[in-house]
Amino acid sequence: MSAFKVLFGDRAAAIGAFLIISLVLVAIFAPALATHPADVAEFHLDKRLQAPSMEHWFGTDRMGSDIFSRILFGARITITIAVIAVGASVVIGVPIGLVAGYYGKWIGGAMMRTSDVFLAVPQIVLAIAIAQTLGPSVENVILALSVTYWPFWARLVYAETRALKPQIFIEAALALGASDLRVMVMHILPNIASAIIVRTSIGMGVTILTAAALGFLGLGAPAPTPEWGRMISEAREFLPAAWWYAAAPGLAIFVVVMGFNLLGDGLRDILDPKIRRGSK
Amino acid sequence: MRRLQIILSRLVWLVPTLFGLTLVVFLIANVVPTDPARIIAGENATAAQVEELRHELGLDKPLHQQFGRYIYGLGTGDMGKSLYTARPISQDLLSRLPATLELTVVAILIAILIGVPAGVISAIRRNSLTDQVLRVLSVSGLAVAGFWLAMELQMFFSTKLGITPLNGRISGFGPEKYTGFLIVDSLLAWDMESLRDTFMHLLLPAVTLALPAAATLVRFTRAGVLEVVNSNYVLYESAMGMPRSLITWKYILRNALVSTVTQIGLIFGALFAGAVVVEAVFDWPGLGTYAVQSIMRSDNKAIMGFSLLVGFVFVIVNLMVDIVHTFIDPRTLE
Repeated sequence: MSAFKVLFGDRAAAIGAFLIISLVLVAIFAPALATHPADVAEFHLDKRLQAPSMEHWFGTDRMGSDIFSRILFGARITITIAVIAVGASVVIGVPIGLVAGYYGKWIGGAMMRTSDVFLAVPQIVLAIAIAQTLGPSVENVILALSVTYWPFWARLVYAETRALKPQIFIEAALALGASDLRVMVMHILPNIASAIIVRTSIGMGVTILTAAALGFLGLGAPAPTPEWGRMISEAREFLPAAWWYAAAPGLAIFVVVMGFNLLGDGLRDILDPKIRRGSK
Repeated sequence: MRRLQIILSRLVWLVPTLFGLTLVVFLIANVVPTDPARIIAGENATAAQVEELRHELGLDKPLHQQFGRYIYGLGTGDMGKSLYTARPISQDLLSRLPATLELTVVAILIAILIGVPAGVISAIRRNSLTDQVLRVLSVSGLAVAGFWLAMELQMFFSTKLGITPLNGRISGFGPEKYTGFLIVDSLLAWDMESLRDTFMHLLLPAVTLALPAAATLVRFTRAGVLEVVNSNYVLYESAMGMPRSLITWKYILRNALVSTVTQIGLIFGALFAGAVVVEAVFDWPGLGTYAVQSIMRSDNKAIMGFSLLVGFVFVIVNLMVDIVHTFIDPRTLE
């Protein structure tokens, strides 16, 4: 209960949480909320490229499908990609960073050099290469993003673990006979959890932007999937006449990413009182 | 001496990092067995011709031998030939590098000129209306999809208003090519018309790239300044009755901007990533467009060459940041 109070006490976190909860609700209830739910797959070529109206709130696309309905269904794809890709990166990256930071020496060095390799080129470059090799589909986008994103978490956890390792409470736990595994999971992990949570929220935003960029380049789900990045690239040849076509998915991406960034910022303020004092 | 040590150890690590990167990209490229020999030979080639070409290119060898051959080639500066341009990849990359560097450097200059002062103002006038507006703007700047912004700007300023050119780096042939950097070349040739044209072409892509970079800088500068403002020594200087402006300029900014310098280095890397997509929208003849084209055509060696070059630039930029860091914050040498 008190956790919710704190969360909604911070304005940025509250707005972010509100936007994300809305996104999740929209994704779940897309079939009920959509004005033309069938338009995800159906064409009405006689109604193509109509400007926004009472009938079609966000206008229609090149196939005459209702853009508003497609945006709602697109939220499902966006959430799926972001949650699985970021989740997988965390699951891979956190243990690696933890072990590397805890043992240091050559194990840690070797693990971090491995992550250096992945960090040496922009994430999107490797992701494009992987997605292109495997073929365009949502699953492959998720795979490409996970494979290229875990090093960020490994790095973060590595640095935090290194900073905690020499602390007295760790030494005390070890002196009491706690195993290495126990120290890592029960003593170090809880202390770096807030940093991981904050990064996860911001990482969701980053991942959504990267996934949309892959969709824009034609590497995401094939047509007629209502993926937001793909919708923007479809709209390109009809600009500037059909201004609404690209505006709707672009704004949808903006709002969702903004939600995750605000939540991340807010959580940072809440979870790290030192910074909080500085910024307020 | 310590400085030299840091530089050397970084340079030594450059080799295994780039080797690993080559391996990773090589593996990605070979996950699905495509047949480059078939593509190069063309549709009308007979099976025997394809086989011959495959042998010539070494594609009939096992993967580890192909990899060894590639690494050996790299040692002699040979990255292989592109499947499509049929030119040496190193040549392709070098001819496109200036376009991307020019774009990213202009973008980062714009970002610094806007982001750093805005961050300082935001921190000094904490919680004022200016601060609130700047904070909302910086959060928004990080949430915009670059390719979408690029398209919207292009639609509005180029297609609708016709103020800026639609795409490319310059209209016509441009000035005599000495460096490949059109701003420099225009100045060398003292060709003001080309210079103006270059800037007009640069405007939209550079602004698109600069926006998230500026937003990041505002946030980091603000946080950095705030941390210092609340430190004990600033409290002490204030208690000693030093003028506020002196404290701000001499004591706060110098210390606060250390983290901003690090951030600028990281941002430069992010700009290379952003350039991949933004270049695609503006048809900018740089590395990003080349990478996207190579990837779409499964031109594996070109992709590997691009990744290696970007990895190299990344590591060098980070090294430079570390070196600059040791000068503005001597504590890192201890």
